[in-house]
Amino acid sequence: MPEGRRRRRRGSTLTTRDRLTLVGMVAVPTFLVVAFILVPTILSILLSFTSWNGIGGLDRIQYVGLDNYVNLFTKYRPFWPALSHNILWLAFFLFVATPLGLFFAVLLDKGIRGTRIYQSVLYMPVVLSLAIVGFIWTLQYSPDQGFLNNLFGTTSRDEHFIDWLGDKDINLWAVLVAASWRHVGYVMVLYLAGLKAVDPSLREAAQLDGANERQTFLRVVFPVLRPINIVVLVITVIESLRAFDIAYVINRGKNGLELLSILVTNNLIGEASLVGFGSAIAVVLLVISLGPIVYYLVRSVRAEAE
Amino acid sequence: MSTAILAREQPAPERRPPDRRRIALHGFLIVVSIVWLFPLLWTIYQALRPYSETSNKGFLSLPDTLTLDNFTTAWNSAELARYFLNTLVIVVPAVILVLFLASMMAFAVSRYSWRFNLVLLMLFTALNLLPPQVIITPLFRIYLAIRAPEVLVGTPLAERGLLLYDQYLGMVLIHVAFQLGFCTFVLSNYMKTLPKELNEAAVVDGAGVWTTYSRVIMPLTRPALAALGTLQFTWIYNDFFWALMLMSTGSKLPITSALNNLKGQFFVDNNLVAAGALLVALPTLVVYLVLQRQFIGGLTLGSTKG
Repeated sequence: MPEGRRRRRRGSTLTTRDRLTLVGMVAVPTFLVVAFILVPTILSILLSFTSWNGIGGLDRIQYVGLDNYVNLFTKYRPFWPALSHNILWLAFFLFVATPLGLFFAVLLDKGIRGTRIYQSVLYMPVVLSLAIVGFIWTLQYSPDQGFLNNLFGTTSRDEHFIDWLGDKDINLWAVLVAASWRHVGYVMVLYLAGLKAVDPSLREAAQLDGANERQTFLRVVFPVLRPINIVVLVITVIESLRAFDIAYVINRGKNGLELLSILVTNNLIGEASLVGFGSAIAVVLLVISLGPIVYYLVRSVRAEAE
Repeated sequence: MSTAILAREQPAPERRPPDRRRIALHGFLIVVSIVWLFPLLWTIYQALRPYSETSNKGFLSLPDTLTLDNFTTAWNSAELARYFLNTLVIVVPAVILVLFLASMMAFAVSRYSWRFNLVLLMLFTALNLLPPQVIITPLFRIYLAIRAPEVLVGTPLAERGLLLYDQYLGMVLIHVAFQLGFCTFVLSNYMKTLPKELNEAAVVDGAGVWTTYSRVIMPLTRPALAALGTLQFTWIYNDFFWALMLMSTGSKLPITSALNNLKGQFFVDNNLVAAGALLVALPTLVVYLVLQRQFIGGLTLGSTKG
């Protein structure tokens, strides 16, 4: 917390009243963030070493050491599928959706006529919530009433019935396509802003040196995009870990759509609330997300120092 | 850079590819745009057709009748107006509060240098990137545990004696707390680009900290606030997770989360689901079409700096 003795900016003297104003300006938002986010994060970690079903007072909380983690890794069936689905989600976003977004950004950056319209269309899904995206794509995928099965003749009456969202071998891929529909536009807009900011003389210089378009992009433009690449990378990882809504509205995250985020909530609002166990899953999620978060913070601090 | 993008449209760069390639590019982008719009267009088409017709003629058929009946049925039978109102009660205070608090925080950390600047900014950024599921277990318990002060019990602020759980106050606060990091980050980056001399000039004129904030810095931050406000409106409107976890009374749910309950109960066929989903998506789509520049400006504002 800030104390009264702040380092003073050169030449400016703050009166006591000014200092108090500043302290107030910082204290209220900080309190909210600490109370609603930091404290629960720490409590998640602490609770993950305990057993508590949420009934009865806090004195019913028992320390159980690593039991929750041992159970999670060895006995809890949905854990490994969920983890692998999250990893697959991340891989799909990283290697399919994100490059596609970059590709569209590069095309739109060529400055052809109608760029604004193309951009509006491609970006449109980003303003929809993932829950709505789930509904919209259910209408494409649903067994008998959906677009795809009617187009391909693969409804339940047909010989080669494809149950896009019900078949646990393909439903994750179907959902990934739907989620990417939204993610591509997001990535595209970020890259488009980055590309517009690239100094045009860099490109000209590369072209004068005889580089073709591809070489110019790979050797000159892409490296300059580094700050954007980092932001996009962080957003991609975080979005993959946050994935929840779309799986929840489709089938509550069961039968092929298990995700870590869903498992956390299942243990919270299921028949039996397993607070400690649910927290252990949350901690796994936390540990994975700390990777990109720390990486990003270190990068920003370094950029700040320069 | 970000400020420049927001402040004015950059002229299309003069890097026009040769004619034939340009036509190919247009062709490709038109195809992509159609594919991209298709899920939404299909949803609109479904919503405009009566269920009886689609089930007789098949879903992939030309229409005999196009009607808005599904929309009126969805609107009336599910009493959607009530849920829109619920959303409004959450979104409006949340957006105003988060912009207000974040602007003060950003002002304090970007316009004055003191010891905990960087630590606080990093804390805010880091916590803002966490998946909400990391904190939900303890947060849920905290919400259930916090009882309202006696005077409030029985009033709309604390119907069942609880202050936060199943209460709009709790929804507003978690949105504000969770979005504060992003908003502070964006606004402080923006404020850093304003000349330092502004503060000094204000001091010379005898202005205190509060006056400097409200009369000097805030008016100049207006473009960033508009962009951020648009983005926050959409994000909070689109929230599915917090309401699912922290609200329990069905009739009090905001619209995005309510849709999932209404499906199956009122929206019994895909045509009605389509109409309901479109009605829920409509406000964000309208905001996007009208304020597109703000929308994209808000996102890129947060990414091109830092």
